[in-house]
Amino acid sequence: MTVPAALAEIVDDFEALGESDRVTLLLEFSRELPELPDTLATAAMEPVPECQSPVFLSVDAADPASVQLYFSAPPEAPTTRGFASILHQGLNGASADEILTVPADFYHDLGLDKAVSPLRLRGMAGMLARIKNQIAAQAGDPNPASTP
Amino acid sequence: MTVQTDPYPGFAAYAHPERLVSTEWLSANLGTPGLKVVESDEDVLLYDIGHIPSAQKIDWHLHLNDPVTRDYIDGEQFAELMRAKGIRRDDTIVVYGDKSNWWAAYALWVFTLFGHSDVRLLDGGRQAWFAEDRETSFEVPEYPRSDYPVVDRDDSTIRAFAPQVREIIGTEPLIDVRSPQEYSGERTHMPDYPQEGALRGGHIPTAVSIPWARAAAPDGRFRSRAELDEIYGDFAPDQPTVAYCRIGERSSHTWFVLTHLLGFSRVRNYDGSWTEWGNAVRAPIATGDDPGTL
Repeated sequence: MTVPAALAEIVDDFEALGESDRVTLLLEFSRELPELPDTLATAAMEPVPECQSPVFLSVDAADPASVQLYFSAPPEAPTTRGFASILHQGLNGASADEILTVPADFYHDLGLDKAVSPLRLRGMAGMLARIKNQIAAQAGDPNPASTP
Repeated sequence: MTVQTDPYPGFAAYAHPERLVSTEWLSANLGTPGLKVVESDEDVLLYDIGHIPSAQKIDWHLHLNDPVTRDYIDGEQFAELMRAKGIRRDDTIVVYGDKSNWWAAYALWVFTLFGHSDVRLLDGGRQAWFAEDRETSFEVPEYPRSDYPVVDRDDSTIRAFAPQVREIIGTEPLIDVRSPQEYSGERTHMPDYPQEGALRGGHIPTAVSIPWARAAAPDGRFRSRAELDEIYGDFAPDQPTVAYCRIGERSSHTWFVLTHLLGFSRVRNYDGSWTEWGNAVRAPIATGDDPGTL
């Protein structure tokens, strides 16, 4: 199992930091989540009930060589925004195959286990699982190997 | 030296109105000597995206839980935490947070284990403050270290442990404050939260279901005395009563309501809660909507 280069770099950045700096970095990510394009209304996106705060995602895998990801999370849910932003920066533009091979538990390598509750961290796994499911569905695969 | 209490008339009917402050009062009293403001949230980043001026962050699992034992910090660690925050033993502490003050109530309850006498909640918490567009700060304040004394934690009066809960089944009231689906056993978590944490779904036999949220208005503030009397009318204020949830934070909210708003004198929070009971070997459970029997 491999991780796309951009995501691997983010994991390295987190690993290089001490615990409190990791939280600060997560906060920076939460600020960097891009606004949704006008063409995507939040209401039309798929909710991610595994997350403790409302978050919506949309996956465009029309070009399997460059999957486009869109997230929306409210500013009053900064942790969830931070996770969405990590997935956006780490996976947006990667190929469908690359994303499908990202380990479901890669988030443990971010070293946030002590600072962020396990429930919240699992929200990130929930988002990743839904991205994989959407990619598989759009490719017409009824039984994606990556289903959690 | 404790700070004057909030004379807000809406609090007068509560048993201990001095345990609450309104957003208006806090706004007007920020900077008062002897007043310390503490934010305690579920979302660990909320404090950093703006907080009440002068507030300091206390994180429930980084600061209040012992990293090794599944327990709270001890007297020495608590004293060190208070010293580092510049909080003195006789300071007035106002706690606020997200989710209708779940974690703020939990922090207040832990402070009470150490006998800190004047701890209050900001009614409505973070939600109320920001809904009113009140002043926000990004500055992390630093205060001179205090000389907070080492005080032993007292688990005997407001905290319940699993063996004690086992003993009171059938003789003393148990209140399950989780959602109806968690109570019946349909889920082992809150609606919209991931299934996790417990092998079995259900509740402690004889426990009555009164979800914590019934005590909170949509704006995050507490319900009126009359409404609370209605909700908890089946219980006697002088009877020993135990509340529990999944990990102890929602039941801290109910503990606060029963103890400080309704004046119950012998309420304990079973903080091991369902994550402990639902997994414990030989612990009996009941499923469905009825309290059940042992």
